Amino acid sequence: MADLQIVGQQLAELLKRQNADYIEAHLEESQYSSISYRGKQLESISKTTSVGGNVRALVKGGWGFVSFNDLNGLEEKVALAVKQARFVGKETSQFYESKPIVANVEAKIKENPALIPLSEKKQLLDEYNEAIWSTSGIQTSNLGYGDSHKKTIFLNAGGSFITQERADVTIRAVAVAAKDGDVQQAGLSEGSRDDFRPIRKLHKDIQQLAQRAVKMLTAPTLKGGEYTVVLDPILAGVFVHEAFGHLSESDFVYENAQLKEIMTLGKVFGGPQLNIIDSASRQRLRGSFEYDDEGTPSTKTYLIREGKLTGRLHSLETAAKMREKPTGNARAINYRHPPIVRMTNTYIVPGESSFEDMITDIKEGVYCKNWYGGQTSMEMFTFSSGETFRIRNGKIAEMVRPVMLSGNVFNTLMNIDAIGDDLNMNQGGGCSKGGQSSLPVSNGSPHIRIQKCLVGGK
Amino acid sequence: MEEILALAKKVAEEAEVYMVSSEETPVQFESNRLKNIQYKQSQSVALRIIKNGKTGYATATSMDNPQKLVDDAVATAESGTKVEFQFPSAKIFPKVDIFDAAVEKVSLEKMTELGEELISQVTKYSPEVICEGGVTKGTYTLNIINTRGGQAGFRQSVFGLGIEVQRIRGTDMLFVGDHQSSCHPILTTDEIVKTTIRQLELAKNIAKVTSKPMSVIFAPDGVTSSLVLPLIPAFNGKTVLEGASPISNKLGEMVFDINLTISDNPLVPYNTGSRPCDDEAVPCQVTPLITKGVVSNFLYDLQTAARAKTKSTGNGQRQGGLPSPSPHAFVITSGNVSFDDMVKSIDDGIIVEQLLGAGQGNMLGGDFSGNVLLGFKIEKGEIVGRVKDTMISGNIYQLLKNIAAIGNDAKWVGGFMSTPSICCANVSVASR
Repeated sequence: MADLQIVGQQLAELLKRQNADYIEAHLEESQYSSISYRGKQLESISKTTSVGGNVRALVKGGWGFVSFNDLNGLEEKVALAVKQARFVGKETSQFYESKPIVANVEAKIKENPALIPLSEKKQLLDEYNEAIWSTSGIQTSNLGYGDSHKKTIFLNAGGSFITQERADVTIRAVAVAAKDGDVQQAGLSEGSRDDFRPIRKLHKDIQQLAQRAVKMLTAPTLKGGEYTVVLDPILAGVFVHEAFGHLSESDFVYENAQLKEIMTLGKVFGGPQLNIIDSASRQRLRGSFEYDDEGTPSTKTYLIREGKLTGRLHSLETAAKMREKPTGNARAINYRHPPIVRMTNTYIVPGESSFEDMITDIKEGVYCKNWYGGQTSMEMFTFSSGETFRIRNGKIAEMVRPVMLSGNVFNTLMNIDAIGDDLNMNQGGGCSKGGQSSLPVSNGSPHIRIQKCLVGGK
Repeated sequence: MEEILALAKKVAEEAEVYMVSSEETPVQFESNRLKNIQYKQSQSVALRIIKNGKTGYATATSMDNPQKLVDDAVATAESGTKVEFQFPSAKIFPKVDIFDAAVEKVSLEKMTELGEELISQVTKYSPEVICEGGVTKGTYTLNIINTRGGQAGFRQSVFGLGIEVQRIRGTDMLFVGDHQSSCHPILTTDEIVKTTIRQLELAKNIAKVTSKPMSVIFAPDGVTSSLVLPLIPAFNGKTVLEGASPISNKLGEMVFDINLTISDNPLVPYNTGSRPCDDEAVPCQVTPLITKGVVSNFLYDLQTAARAKTKSTGNGQRQGGLPSPSPHAFVITSGNVSFDDMVKSIDDGIIVEQLLGAGQGNMLGGDFSGNVLLGFKIEKGEIVGRVKDTMISGNIYQLLKNIAAIGNDAKWVGGFMSTPSICCANVSVASR
C-alpha cells in the first residue's frame, strides 16, 4: 500500500502549481472493527480498511471538490477540482488567510482498542448481553460495538501539512421488552476517545437498562401538552446541541441576510444565568482535536454569555465573509465529504441550583432522563428522552413512558429558569448534518429546568 | 475479484466476493446561486468466508492487498457467527431496466441550467425566499461472485433533482421543497416547482391549533416519516424471528385496515430503488407484505431465512457490514379518494407534510411522535393556513387498523417508497 506521507508530499507539489484562489487536500487511512449481537446470537464481526483522499479548490467564490479511493492519477484529480471551481466561480473569493502550519499530532492512546484481540472484546460483549438477559421479561437485545483508528493528513498550497491521528470507540446497547403485542425498548450509547477503559465498566448501567425496558411495559403514557420539565445532564446536553448549537453554525447564517439579523451578536436568547460554550480544546472528549479539517487550531467559543449571543462557529470561508475570527469548526466526517461548520464539545456552563432546589417547588411536572435522539430545523427542534418520570409536589413520582419534547429556539431557551451545579459530558452521541453522519461530538450540561415545554403524548 | 476468491478458497470452505463502485457528480446551489461542483469516486470490496462453519468478514477500499483482506476475514471467522445457509449457485435474475446511458451524458451546463431554472421559478413567485438546490448524476456498479458458482451484477444510473426553500419573516421560519429521483435524466423542473409554490401559497398564514385528538391527513412525505418508518423493523425477518416485532406471530391475520395493501417492489423500471439482485446474489422479487389488511410476508436475507426455516426474499442488503434484511422499495396501493375530497370531508384537522423528529422513540412498538415541520390546518373542509409549534403522536398499529381514507395520489418519495395520502381520525395533537 502506498505510504500516505509520500502521497501527501506529491500532492503538496501538485497543489502549489495550481492556479486557484485557495486549494487544499486531505488524505486518510483508517481501520475499523465492529461486533454486533442480536438477541443471544452473535450477528457479525468485521474488519474494514479504508484509504482515500480529496482535493478542494476555490476560484472566484466557487468550489470544486473531488474525492477518491484510488490514489493514482492525482494530477488529473487536482486539475478537475480546479476546473470545477472555475466553472462555478463568478464572484470574488473570500477566504480567511491563515499562516501555514506544519504539525504531527499523535494520539495519546491510553488503552488502544485496536490492540485488544477480537476475542476479548467479544467476551466483554457477552457479559453485557448476559446482563440484559438476566432480567426477566426481555424479548430481545441489540448490541453494537465499533472501534476505529484513523490517520489524516491535511495540506494546502500555502504550505500547511498537518498529520493527526485518533482512536474512537462506541457502544450501543438496546434492551427490548414485550408483552401481549406491546413492545418497549431502552437504550444506552457510550463513546470514548483514545481510550478503551470507559467501555469496560458498563455492566451495571446495562443491567439497569434492561430493567427499565421491562418496567416501561406497565408504565402509563403521558398526556401531551405544556409542562414544567427538568432535564438530566445527558438529555440537557442533547437539548443544547439541538436547540441552540446548530443555529450557531455560521454556514446557515453567513449568506442569509434575514438570519444574520436574527443572529446579531448581543441579541438576548436566554436569562442572565445561561452560558453556552463550544470547545474542541477541552481535552480528550469525543469532539476534541488540535486542528480542524482546514488546519485551524481548535478554540473555545462562548456562544452565549449571560443570556446574550456572543459568538458563533466558523469555517475559514464563513469567518471571512462575516468578518469574524475563525473558530476551528470546519469538520468532515471522512474524505468523501468537504469540511463544513460543525460543533465539537458543546455544553451549558454549570450554575448554582441543586437538583433538590430545582424540583422542590414543582407541583406537577416531568423529569426526563437519558436520550433517544434529537433533530432541529433551526427554529423548531425536537429531542426525545430515554426515561421519564412525573414530578408531583416537589418529588419524583411514578415512571411514565419516554416522551418526545419539542421547542422553539426563540422562547424555549428563555424559559430555562434554573441551571444546576452538576455538569456532565455525554460521550455517546454523534451528529448528522448535510449527509455527513455520524460525526464524533460530545455535549453536556448540568440539570436544567424549562418552564412551558411542549411534550408529545396521548 | 477472482484472485481474492481463489486466495480465500485456499483457507476457507466457501467464500463470496462483493464489489461496488460508484461515481457521482453533485452540482449544489446555495443562497440562490451555484456554489460548488463535486466529483466523487468510490469503491469497496467485501470478502465473506465460511471457515469451520463460521462467518468471517472483511472489507477494504483498495484491491491492492488481497492477502490482507483474506487474513482479516480469517481473523474474524475465529469468533464468527455460526453459518446456517449456503451461498446461492448460479440463478436467473428478473429483468429490470435501471440503466440509462443518457444520465452520464447530461452536461454540467445542463445540470446548472436545471438548478438555476428551479430557483428562478420559485424566487419569481416569492422573491423573499432563499433556496438551496441540488442536481446529481451518478452510476453505481455491483458485482458478486461466490465459490458455489453464483454470480450477479448490475449497473444503475441515478439522477436526482431537488430544492429546499427557506422563508424567514422576523423569527418565523418556513421550510418547503421537493425532490425527485430516477434512473433516467430528469430534465424538467415543472413538478418540483409546482409542489413548492403550492406549499408556499398554503403557508401564507399561520393558523391556530388547539390541543386535542383530530383528523390528520398524512401527505406522501408525511406517510413516509410517520407511518411507514416503524413498519421497516416490524417486517424485518430478524425482528420477527426474535419475537420483537408486534406482528411476529400475526402472519395471515388481519392486523391492518382492509383497504391497506403494501408490497416491497424492487422491479419497477427506472426507479432508483429497483435492482435485479440483492447484495448476496439472490434474485429480487415483489414481496406482498400487507394484502388487504392481512400480514402476508416478512423480509429475509439468506442467514435469517435459514434460521427461520424459510427462503430469502432477496432482501439481503449491506449498509457497510454483513447483509441484513431491508426493504428495497415499499409500495402502498392507492385508494380512490382524491386529496381535495379528503380535505373537504374534514371539519377540524391538519395535514402533515413533514415531521421533525420522526424515528426517535419506540419505533419498534409502532410509536411515532414529532413536531409538524410542514403542515396545514383544515377548518370546515378548507385549508386555512400553516401549522406551527404543534406536535402529533400516535401508534401506527392503532392508526392503520382503522384508516379513514386512502388517496388516489400515490407518489414516489425518494425512490424507496411510493405512497398515496392517508387520512386517520383521532390522532393526538398537542400545540402551544
